[in-house]
Amino acid sequence: MEKKTLILGVIGSDCHAVGNKILDYALTEAGFNVINIGVLSPQEDFINAAVETNADVIIVSSLYGHGEIDCRGMREKCDEAGLNGILLFVGGNIVVGKQNWDDVYKRFTAMGFNKVYPPGTTLETTIHDLKEALGLF
Amino acid sequence: MDAYLLVDFGSTYTKLTVVDLGKEEIIATTKDITTIEENIMIGFDKAYLKIEQILKGKNVNFIKKLACSSAGGGLKMIAIGLVPELTAEAAKRAALGAGARILKVYSYELTLTEIEEIKNSDLDIILLAGGTDGGNKECIIHNAKMLVENKVDLPIVVAGNKVASDKIRKIFTKAKMYFVITENVMPQLGKLNVEPAREEIRKVFMEKIIEAKGLSNAEDLVKGILMPTPAAVLKAARILSEGSDEESGLGELIIVDIGGATTDVHSIAEGDPTKGGVTVRGLEEPFAKRTVEGDLGMRYSAVSLREAAGSRKMRKYLGDSERKIDIDANCKYRVEHIKMVPATDEEIYFDEAMAKVATELSLERHVGTIECTYTPMGAMYTQIGKDLMEVKYMIGTGGVLVHSGNPQDILKAGAFSAENPMYLKPRNATYLLDKTYILSAMGLLSEDYPDKACRIMKKYLVQV
Repeated sequence: MEKKTLILGVIGSDCHAVGNKILDYALTEAGFNVINIGVLSPQEDFINAAVETNADVIIVSSLYGHGEIDCRGMREKCDEAGLNGILLFVGGNIVVGKQNWDDVYKRFTAMGFNKVYPPGTTLETTIHDLKEALGLF
Repeated sequence: MDAYLLVDFGSTYTKLTVVDLGKEEIIATTKDITTIEENIMIGFDKAYLKIEQILKGKNVNFIKKLACSSAGGGLKMIAIGLVPELTAEAAKRAALGAGARILKVYSYELTLTEIEEIKNSDLDIILLAGGTDGGNKECIIHNAKMLVENKVDLPIVVAGNKVASDKIRKIFTKAKMYFVITENVMPQLGKLNVEPAREEIRKVFMEKIIEAKGLSNAEDLVKGILMPTPAAVLKAARILSEGSDEESGLGELIIVDIGGATTDVHSIAEGDPTKGGVTVRGLEEPFAKRTVEGDLGMRYSAVSLREAAGSRKMRKYLGDSERKIDIDANCKYRVEHIKMVPATDEEIYFDEAMAKVATELSLERHVGTIECTYTPMGAMYTQIGKDLMEVKYMIGTGGVLVHSGNPQDILKAGAFSAENPMYLKPRNATYLLDKTYILSAMGLLSEDYPDKACRIMKKYLVQV
């Protein structure tokens, strides 16, 4: 069966690169076609990459705390770009400071993300969720 | 003595160059007005008569004649891709590097209005791209169908998602379109692959466009019109930079070609950041990069040059703080007298100021830029495009530079400026001049004799 394509990147003015490289490696090993757009990526870069490569999933990483504001409007932009129903995952350190996780989860889900991950999420969890969401089991 | 005759059927002048192969010397250069409306050979014959006079008494045997051309408005193309910043941009860069004038770049699925526009443009070739390999194929297939259904009867070079190739081949073959399919200009995201498309464009140019432009009259005399002139200049630039099998090159370099209608900039350089802590963003740029500024020219584009520059910049280069010179009148005169050769001191001075403007702006538009973003981690520097700050050679060509008394001053206008530090222009280049005006001829010669072409260029380029 053809590999599923996913877009990986770190959003906004965030240049944390190590986790991004680890994710790239792990997801490639897990059998995905990983398009890593790297750090300092605006929403448009994720979307352009997804359109051009016909991607199935966009995975947004955010580590510097400003993820919420960076992710706002992303689902709508995906719809505009013809990426209706594309899977949107987000994880890392996605809000400023320590907040109630349930609230954070609700807010990001309301923004249109399919999966929202707290700090400390393991690679195995993400890989499992991806395979499940893409019907690979 | 064995010699090559190298011809450039230019947009204004037909230029002939005779090269003594054994001694590796330029023994004659002549020119006359290009006569594409009547018969291209009329202009050629006049220039050739001058060659015969120069070579009178010498025993010259032309073992081969090669030509390039930018006559008839040059090679006019459009590029079609998917996302504007991605495959559409990649297609545009491929076509520019093939020596074309890009009339327009189209993105996403073509509409009927855009098809009408395409049919009404005086186009030569279409470059059709879209989707990375294994990525989106709907768009390129849709566009192929649109072209067929609306009877857009032009040669098409297909350089998009390889997965769509079979379907596109079927569609075009059934409609009896003239097409060729080659490697994707952007096979993976962010990876540029322009050389295969460039080569196919050149082949289509030779097979179809030469005839269409009335240049086939020349083909009896000349072995073949091998490529559009800008492609010949880019080829010469590459050989000069990278060297050939036996000859070492000069390393990274920039060529500035200021013409009557356009200013072309060619850079042969990797363009990697020259300072630490800089992240590169955006689509990768070609190692051999060509940009064409259609609004910066000495004659046809004199008025648009003045508009691009604005009065302040023009007066700065004219040293005219008291606003005594009538800039508009001078520019308008040039547009209306495209064959004008500057005679008086004022005319020469004005031309040189225009050339400086053309150099400054065309370099600004060609080189990469640095942006500073403020993040929670402090200031971050991002580079978009090529960092050409440490390029060692800047070479000038084109009438105004070749005939100038101060070519170095003109070229210096393209150097790095502390006033606008975000443009990554060369800091400390050595300036060379194509005094004998041979770059396009050497591009042609390098098809057969790359070592000789490289040596001749190194011999004839003058440091200024």
